[in-house]
Amino acid sequence: MTTTPDTTAATQTKTLLRFATAGSVDDGKSTLVGRLLHDAKAILADQLEAVTRTSEERGFVGGEFDFALLTDGLRAEREQGITIDVAYRYFATDKRSFILADCPGHVQYTRNMVTGATTADAVVVLIDARTGATEQTRRHLTVVHRLGIGHVILAINKIDLLDYDQMAYAKVKAEIEALTAEIGLDSAHLIPVSALAGDNVAEVSANTPWYQGPALLELLENLPSKEEDTADLEPFRLDVQSVLRPQGGLAPGLDPDEFRDYRAVTGQVTSGRIHLGDEIDVHPAGLRTTVVGIDTANGPLETAGAPLSVALRLADDIDTARGSVLAAAGSLPEPRKALRAEVFPFTSEGLRSGDRVLVKAGTSTVKAIVTIESKHNLLTAGSEPAEVLAGNDIGTAQVKLATALPIADFREHGRAGGFLIIDPQTGSTVAAGIHTPEDEVS
Amino acid sequence: MSIDHTPLSTLDVLESEAIHIIREVAAEFEKPVLLFSGGKDSVTVLHLAAKAFWPAKIPFGLLHVDTGHNFPEILKFRDETAARYGIDLSVAKVQDYIDDGRLHERADGTRNTLQTQPLIDAIAEGGYDAVFGGARRDEDKARAKERIFSLRDEFGQWDPSNQRPELWNLYNGRHVNGEHVRVFPISNFTELDVWSYIARENIALAHLYYAHEREVFQRDGMWWSTGEFSAPRPDESVIRKSVRYRTVGDMSCTGAVESDADDISSVLAEVAVTTVTERGATRADDRISAAAMEDRKKDGYF
Repeated sequence: MTTTPDTTAATQTKTLLRFATAGSVDDGKSTLVGRLLHDAKAILADQLEAVTRTSEERGFVGGEFDFALLTDGLRAEREQGITIDVAYRYFATDKRSFILADCPGHVQYTRNMVTGATTADAVVVLIDARTGATEQTRRHLTVVHRLGIGHVILAINKIDLLDYDQMAYAKVKAEIEALTAEIGLDSAHLIPVSALAGDNVAEVSANTPWYQGPALLELLENLPSKEEDTADLEPFRLDVQSVLRPQGGLAPGLDPDEFRDYRAVTGQVTSGRIHLGDEIDVHPAGLRTTVVGIDTANGPLETAGAPLSVALRLADDIDTARGSVLAAAGSLPEPRKALRAEVFPFTSEGLRSGDRVLVKAGTSTVKAIVTIESKHNLLTAGSEPAEVLAGNDIGTAQVKLATALPIADFREHGRAGGFLIIDPQTGSTVAAGIHTPEDEVS
Repeated sequence: MSIDHTPLSTLDVLESEAIHIIREVAAEFEKPVLLFSGGKDSVTVLHLAAKAFWPAKIPFGLLHVDTGHNFPEILKFRDETAARYGIDLSVAKVQDYIDDGRLHERADGTRNTLQTQPLIDAIAEGGYDAVFGGARRDEDKARAKERIFSLRDEFGQWDPSNQRPELWNLYNGRHVNGEHVRVFPISNFTELDVWSYIARENIALAHLYYAHEREVFQRDGMWWSTGEFSAPRPDESVIRKSVRYRTVGDMSCTGAVESDADDISSVLAEVAVTTVTERGATRADDRISAAAMEDRKKDGYF
């Protein structure tokens, strides 16, 4: 992290990119993550010292170190040399702040990928240049595609072990492009890298003069985030968290007369952008009104885009409560009791037809019954009828809700179409679901 | 006020995420409470809570576990801040547990691990089902793996191998009687983000965070304040020095760093170029082992 003279201004205006990394241990993911953090100067002296010391104990010589020691946070992980759970890493360059969700690729990969991917603007999938795309690569890319992550970067690692040979890289590249085309990932970025040697990670390498694209870090610095990409294209939507009525007590220092009749609904803009004076539809009231105030504690706004947390005042006294949904006039998805969904079970028990569950979508939690329809075969890209899905399977299901909800089409609107499936007995989150009304099995 | 479509900054996004989390907890839990030490992270969470409910007052109270070794300046600041926000503060005291024999002083004199029992008792007695904390994932490798909603059993224990996946901005706070959920709204803030946010929002902090002259002695590469709980050994000489604290935990295990940064912009500049983590620089308790934090958390710690 290099500082500019005006640190205050720089840290206050930087944008944020959240990205996930996926790949197996053998692909060199830990090394890439370690390299990225190291080259972005996000590893501090005491951390480096601890890692160097442990690396030496483990037989690493000559100042080489085991980057995995930086990312494996739990005792069991360090002892067994495996990564159990998604870990979050933070670093920044002069241009941007990054949150990296480091997703282990071998154990419970669906659960980890889904966890890392649902909040990611981009995903970096590691591929070993020597082996090319493996079954695991295909699985990872299929999950990435189904979850609709905006930007997909394929880091073709260990290019040093191909002696930086252009022809050898071209062969791997052609093979991977055929795979991404088959899966439907049209705009994936391919970068030849060596995480160990640092080629094309923080800086473009002189060892690959035939590669014309940016280094990984440079690409990450310049990708638009999900919100930047969609805020002005998507219709406005806000899932109401609560209603603010300060009769119960006003914050210190405020004038009771001014706020006597204050009433606003709170929430985080799920998608799109709202302007003062915009017409909105309100679920479940089924009424249309106008936004007359966009409030924050720092003062009123004229407009707010995703993912800002705001309090909205409405022109009419419409019945609203937690679970209400506000949407740009004419854009509210039809509330429905029957969803067709893709489901991603996480637990060893899996998910079966007849399961009585809770669905949490936006700020509503309702009872539901699941009927499994089919299980996807991630290797053949086909699917077969099924009544049971095991943990880490992906399949389709009909989900019958006790109360109609205006859940969006995930393929078109992203997160407003995603929901949790919760076991009402244990309270555990047993699966993720995305509402996909039209069949789009690829 | 102009129509402004510039992309949101990191701080805007992090603030928005934290406000969303705090509002979710207030809406879905019966009785939340905010762990408040008067340190910069908990002050930041309190500020975010005030923004989440403005113009209404914060709909929950504060809880502090006083080790008995806290800096008096911080305790004073804690009380003044609670009063300024008009919010109730409960204090659980480690000293009470030591006085009546429920806890025993450790051989090394530090009390950090002794906080766990009073904390769990206070949570049970208060009937709190959600407990906000100011922990950040960049602080420690174990914290990097903890969810924003962290389910704790009756004993306050964290089970790192059995965490609920957190998807989109949907948090699952379901729990059975006796269990509670620790909630960390500023999980995704880094130390630098916290300082940038404090600067942007003009949040008042205890003066210990800024450089000041103090009687100190050096031990294990840290500067220790002379006082009842951290007295110099005969071979350690006391000098006056300009120092500041990057964290303000227990006096018996929190050291200061040499610094001339006496205002927010100079602290920001210092944090931006630091080469040592804040815990590594100032916390003796985290130097015990690579898994010190993980072990304390599994045992019910913050």
